Amino acid sequence: MSAPSPGLPAIEAPPVESLAPTPSRRLDASALLKPHRIVLILVALGLVVWAALSMRWDWLATYAPMIAAGLWQTLLILVSTTILGFLLAVPLGLAQAAGPWFLAAPATAFCTVIRGTPLLLQMWLLYYGLGSLFPLIPEIRDSFLWPYLRQAWPYAVLALTLSFAGYEGEVMRGAFKGVPRGELEAGRAYGMGRWTLLRRIWLPRAVQRALPTLAGETVLQLKATPLVATITVVDLYAVFSRVRQDTFLTYEPLLLLALIYLVLTAILVSLFRVLENRIPARR
Amino acid sequence: MPSGLELLSPWPPGWGMTLLAGFWASIQIAVGGFGCGLLIGMAGALGKLNGGPVVRDLLACYTTLVRAVPELVLIVLLYYAGGDLLNRAFALFGAGPVELSGFAAGVFVIAVVQGAYSTEVIRGAIQAVPAGEVEAGRAFGMSERLLARRIVLPAMLAHAIPGLSNLWLIATKDTALLAVVGFTELTLATRQAAGATKAYFLFFCAAGLLYLLLTLGSNLLFGRIEAYARRGQRREAGAS
Amino acid sequence: MKATLRSIVLLAGAALLGLAAGAGAQEQVRVGIAAEPYPPFASPDASGNWTGWEVDLAKAVCAEAKLDCVITPVSWDGIIPALTSNKIDMIAASMSITAERQQTIDFSDKYYNTPTSVAAAKDADFDASPAGLAGKIVGVQVSTVHEAYARKHFTDAEIKVYQTQDEANQDLVAGRIDATQADKIALDAFLSSPDGSACCKIAGDVAPDVDVLGPGVGFGLRKGDEALKEKLNAAIKAIRDNGTYEAIAKPYFDFDIYGS
Repeated sequence: MSAPSPGLPAIEAPPVESLAPTPSRRLDASALLKPHRIVLILVALGLVVWAALSMRWDWLATYAPMIAAGLWQTLLILVSTTILGFLLAVPLGLAQAAGPWFLAAPATAFCTVIRGTPLLLQMWLLYYGLGSLFPLIPEIRDSFLWPYLRQAWPYAVLALTLSFAGYEGEVMRGAFKGVPRGELEAGRAYGMGRWTLLRRIWLPRAVQRALPTLAGETVLQLKATPLVATITVVDLYAVFSRVRQDTFLTYEPLLLLALIYLVLTAILVSLFRVLENRIPARR
Repeated sequence: MPSGLELLSPWPPGWGMTLLAGFWASIQIAVGGFGCGLLIGMAGALGKLNGGPVVRDLLACYTTLVRAVPELVLIVLLYYAGGDLLNRAFALFGAGPVELSGFAAGVFVIAVVQGAYSTEVIRGAIQAVPAGEVEAGRAFGMSERLLARRIVLPAMLAHAIPGLSNLWLIATKDTALLAVVGFTELTLATRQAAGATKAYFLFFCAAGLLYLLLTLGSNLLFGRIEAYARRGQRREAGAS
Repeated sequence: MKATLRSIVLLAGAALLGLAAGAGAQEQVRVGIAAEPYPPFASPDASGNWTGWEVDLAKAVCAEAKLDCVITPVSWDGIIPALTSNKIDMIAASMSITAERQQTIDFSDKYYNTPTSVAAAKDADFDASPAGLAGKIVGVQVSTVHEAYARKHFTDAEIKVYQTQDEANQDLVAGRIDATQADKIALDAFLSSPDGSACCKIAGDVAPDVDVLGPGVGFGLRKGDEALKEKLNAAIKAIRDNGTYEAIAKPYFDFDIYGS
């Protein structure tokens, strides 16, 4: 059982199914061919054609290489922070679910603070707050870390990793607690030590339980990545901001940007569906 | 240069008042956006459950779109284009153009985002009301309106509260994104104070504390509301 | 439940309408300024009021033109969309008059013109030339004439774009960038602050390029808003002639900020 943590009520884990995008039902041809759907699809196509013809898209060719670079940056940040964040979430969840109070309390406090404050604020605190401390400590500029600390992306990766760990740590806490006691007792009955038990039964079963939430959390993480543009990282969002500034167009770049994120989300969701189907789950 | 505590004091040269004013603006936007979002969510949920096929498909598009596109992009898009779209919609009904203030635009964008999420939360909660309870109401000859008011709404509230409490927390944190479009809520007020005084660490920590207090306070409040909504319900074993 | 649905839809519509109407028509002129500290032109004070030379000047112009002006802070990178989408009625945010911007918005006559400089660390041994800045990281504020200038001339430097000049200054103090290009007056204000004077100096003025930097700063206006434009131009001329302009500039500057 987790140690009591006075004054820090745990926040309910987000209802994942309500935050993840609705899994689009497998649309077969007959579902699409219902009359009202045909009309809706035609209307949508008409809108697309109208947008393509009457709006300005001549900037696309100039900015295509920058958009590709920004997309790559966004994906890189998404993948690295999701993996790092998940690795951090496992000990966070374990500490809260089974750790002694001096581990559980800081872990709970960390999750509460991360989940209780806006990510934008955390990012600015890390980037500008830490940045304002550098001139006070001249040694930092001579250290081997300085070439990295000078750049913006380490702060972006750190902020997004901590954020993912905070939210997913809460999920992992529930996942560790939710592993049936009988399975753990069975392991003990086989004479497993605490580490073997954790490595062979508890952790794999908890990760398996947490996997369905990963799709939703990763989509949320993708949706959090544009915030890195506010600390000078040139991601997809930043590239489109530049397009907006250069061309003075209000609608076109933002609409295309929204479309790209939409496609990315769809790809993520279907990737996770393939992944989940591969993992044998007996319930 | 004034020291840390002097900078935070509510009287100039302290910036405490600026921060608190920003905090108040954040809370107002969050309440407005959450409230309007609830109305959209109610309408959306009923539309998804009872509407015709076209209504359902359009609502599915709305909720999927809003939940798949980053809030920041939606907020920038709606902030600059939303007023224009609203005016065109008004023109369709013959109403004259209106000018959205920064505050109204903020509430509008948060409401549109919240509406998509609360549609799903409320729909799930309505579906979780046992069919037997609704049938019992019908058997007593209740009209649809009475049924909704006396049976479905109170019964679904208990199911909806945890999701809605989450949405409220998301709303409070989403208000920070309005800083990017230049609306002076807590986060932007903090950045201005930090920029003017160069005390970045101090002010960002102070603002974080305010947000945290709001979150913890809301948790307590929603816990009470849920306990109230669940009065008279059988406690399920193991429910925490 | 159909009836309930209908009443809720009506309620939601009414709420949105009320929201919009409550915010509705007003005869005021909303003067958009950038929501960031930009001394000595405009910066927030501890009580949340905006002060500075440009704010004073805008108020004086409004008073001269008998306009009921209200200062409205918006984000710099969205200030032109804010103008075109009717969130503000004019821009008073040190916006240089450029041919590029004139494709989208109109400008009043100029009300000041200042040189452009580059600031760098105290021990920097380069000047504000393309050769001097080659291989350096140069910070600029997004969608300013300085960004355009740096991209055009400092092609061998890495250009880092910030949402506000204040952030670029902060990163210059932190040592994350080697130099920042901005308005000379704004840089002077930064360099006289405790942080700025401790770390940095002016590395030099950039070579003139009137195509990019423009002939000066004017009020930004919606295209076709001729009535407001005429009023503002007349007011600028009037305060130039009657001495109000100098009186406002005196406490801030010891030179003629109107420029040539």
